[in-house]
Amino acid sequence: MKVVYTDSLVIGGGLAGLRVAIASKNRGLDTLVLSLIPAKRSHSAAAQGGMQGSLANSVKSKGDNEDVHFADTVKGSDWGCDQTVARMFAHCAPKAIRELAGWGVPWSRVRKGDREVVVNAERVTITEADEDHGLITSRDFGGTKKWRTCFTADGTGHTMLYAMDNKAISMGIPVHERKEAIALIHEGGRCYGAIVRDLITGDLIAYVANATTIATGGYGRLYSISTNAVISDGMGAAIALETGAAALGNMEAVQFHPTAIVPAGILTTEGCRGDGGLLLDVDEYRFMPDYEPEKKELASRDVVSRRMTEHIRKGKGVPSPYGPHLWLDIRLLGKAHIEKNLREVQEICEYFLGIDPVKDLIPVRPTQHYSMGGVKTNPTGESPTLKGLFSVGEAACWDMHGFNRLGGNSVAETVVAGMIVGEYVADHCLAHDVDIDIATVRHFLEREKGKIDELLARPDGEKPHELKAAMQQILMDKVGIFRSGEPLAEAVEELSTLLERSRNMGCRAKARSANPELEQAMRVPRMIKLALCVAKGARDRTESRGAHAREDYPDRNDRDWLSRTLATWANEDDLEPTLEYEPLDIMTMEMPPGSRGYGNAQAIEHPDTAKRNEEIDKIKASMPDADRHEIQKALMPFDLPEKYRGTNERTQIGTA
Amino acid sequence: MSEAKMNVSTTAGSGQTTGRTLKINILRFNPQEPDSKPEMVTYKVPEAPNMTIFIALNYIRENLEPSLQFDFVCRAGICGSCGMVINGRPDLACRTLTSKFFLGEITLMPLPAFELIGDLSVNTGKFMRAVSERVGSWIHDEEEKQKDLDALEERMDPDTADEIYELDRCIECGCCISACGTMRMREQFLGARGFMSVARFHADPRDKRSDEDWYEVLGDDDGVFGCMSLMGCEDTCPKDLPHQTKIAYLRRRMVDT
Repeated sequence: MKVVYTDSLVIGGGLAGLRVAIASKNRGLDTLVLSLIPAKRSHSAAAQGGMQGSLANSVKSKGDNEDVHFADTVKGSDWGCDQTVARMFAHCAPKAIRELAGWGVPWSRVRKGDREVVVNAERVTITEADEDHGLITSRDFGGTKKWRTCFTADGTGHTMLYAMDNKAISMGIPVHERKEAIALIHEGGRCYGAIVRDLITGDLIAYVANATTIATGGYGRLYSISTNAVISDGMGAAIALETGAAALGNMEAVQFHPTAIVPAGILTTEGCRGDGGLLLDVDEYRFMPDYEPEKKELASRDVVSRRMTEHIRKGKGVPSPYGPHLWLDIRLLGKAHIEKNLREVQEICEYFLGIDPVKDLIPVRPTQHYSMGGVKTNPTGESPTLKGLFSVGEAACWDMHGFNRLGGNSVAETVVAGMIVGEYVADHCLAHDVDIDIATVRHFLEREKGKIDELLARPDGEKPHELKAAMQQILMDKVGIFRSGEPLAEAVEELSTLLERSRNMGCRAKARSANPELEQAMRVPRMIKLALCVAKGARDRTESRGAHAREDYPDRNDRDWLSRTLATWANEDDLEPTLEYEPLDIMTMEMPPGSRGYGNAQAIEHPDTAKRNEEIDKIKASMPDADRHEIQKALMPFDLPEKYRGTNERTQIGTA
Repeated sequence: MSEAKMNVSTTAGSGQTTGRTLKINILRFNPQEPDSKPEMVTYKVPEAPNMTIFIALNYIRENLEPSLQFDFVCRAGICGSCGMVINGRPDLACRTLTSKFFLGEITLMPLPAFELIGDLSVNTGKFMRAVSERVGSWIHDEEEKQKDLDALEERMDPDTADEIYELDRCIECGCCISACGTMRMREQFLGARGFMSVARFHADPRDKRSDEDWYEVLGDDDGVFGCMSLMGCEDTCPKDLPHQTKIAYLRRRMVDT
């Protein structure tokens, strides 16, 4: 039996995983990263538009701070997030941006003097102050009060990932590439590492670790059309689910991005609209102001995607062989701006559509984009039910996004959560010993080997890619942007049948070494389990919140549904997950539920909301001389690793 | 129209064909299997509208040859996983449309100069990490470690930031390395990816290395003086990075050092 020992095992080499590894290594721990691919190819690289953090350097960002970022994030989540986590995040986002500046990210900078920008389809001139020249600048994004998204053209994820991976290389952190974690090793409510398959040789290796961190990204590829990389199939969340001990949170919360190109499903950044781009219909009419008079194209993603779908349903879509779509118009931004700040978008249009967005309209449609759900963790990033298992980034339900994530908050989460959770991972490693019997490790390895033997031995089983395609189509058709009871119930039933069928899969390709069909066969049943968590969670949640929109229950229902869905897989033979609900306590919230200011304003109120609002007013009235930091602390104290507790400085106003 | 119906129509296009049958020749070899020998195998694929080589290869894997190895991640031309030799030229397979080959015949081979994993899959990761370690592709600044993350960031000239970004766009696909004549003759040659990385950190005021430091990395025949100026890198770079200009620039700097 091949066994590798380490203190801190990180599964996934994207931004979140690498940042946890860096934190572990900084604390003197033996650290290693497992990745399906070279780390720099991770899906983090695909983030285009930028990272939110309230630096408040540019003239259009003045007045921004952690409070405003926090409030935007909570509203974006439709009050489904963990407000403590959103606070931790908003507080550390400026620090993460500055840290990355030190590690080499060439953030775009404020240039003093006048410049022309497009706001609400008008060209206006804004003037940057001399004293802000050379500080990190930011652009506008959806659902935000201020221009808060820091960027490098539209290749922000790329420059962030390259800087992060280079930092990890400089520290000598090993990345074991082309390795797939296929099961977690656990016993007595504690996780001890993972069983890993070498995707080149086919060898099984046990990685035994003190702390194990899942940072494998989202599960977008459960849908047949997704902006996600082909490796975003949720395997990290799935191996956590298969422990029967760890829970997945809010799996039904799936985001659809308004502007993926048709038909390829490749993303064009929200920066297109942030920089002034418009959405047009079949008549080349700008329809968003009719639906969202205040935020227009820049309401939150869930809202814009629904409005687009509504408009297509009214017959206003542009017909195409791939179904109706709408137009994204960035022509008004001008050639110079597009070639500098939206050049990846321009390249994508050129190669995949054969058009130039400087003079052509871009065909777009809402497309699966982001997984708010994932491995349920505490604010420290640890699973509450499986000690020693941590999760971070899109793979996790740390829960700063609730039921809808704001654009620019995902790459931000990866690096901020990586900083914070990385410290807690190190704390765990320094406080615990690895006390596992090697026989237990062998048991898990033999179990996985047995499954592979069976797949290779079965002469004529179900074909993995056919089951996968069927699953993807079910989610696409029945668990999409708009949902309702009957199709959701059908989806759960059909997926259960597929799961049963998947137990009779076989491989035509018989190699034990590199074998793409075997990889697929090992992943498909796990993907179907995740799909069941999504579908059943959506079926049972009889309200609409954020990206989860039920046509038969169109209102947000705080009275009955202000809760986080927790899915577990109790017995291996089950054909459905077990769902439980964890209430979100209004009485501890800094910001009780209210109106988002965009989208459907209807909500069924919870009796605690009025009570808590009254309490908050009282607390505020009792401290007339307090500054905003003191008031915040009185309303909802939150903890952070000591090194990240400091107050953020801003240009012109210091630490006010 | 209901959402369900709308979603069905989104995939309706995938059943369409252009009426053309593509002939795709692939160099197949799995070095992990003792019986495997390199051979060219031809697959017939019904062409669909807007078909890319990514789609065509997945068609082959699902319908004709489940063991076929190839690498895609983003399938949007930004992650650099899918470099391969397409009709004699290194390029990104994911963003290459099959319609551009008017004879309907496409020959695919793995990128040369890298360790072969199997079929069209090569180990660029190992190579690129070694280049990073050799160049020291990170900010070298002794004071960086003490920086206070609560304080205002250091200022940078906006043009300098833009210039660094231009040089930071490399996606490590390996096309430049595969297209390089010198690389075939000198196993230890740094190659265009390495030079671009040097140019990127050389342009960055946050990196405190001097030209003398860079000379240690670059100043011999395995470095910038080994380049024969065939410029295969410039011709094949999918991101249109300015290889020619930067190699010339580094060479002059090193001559002066």
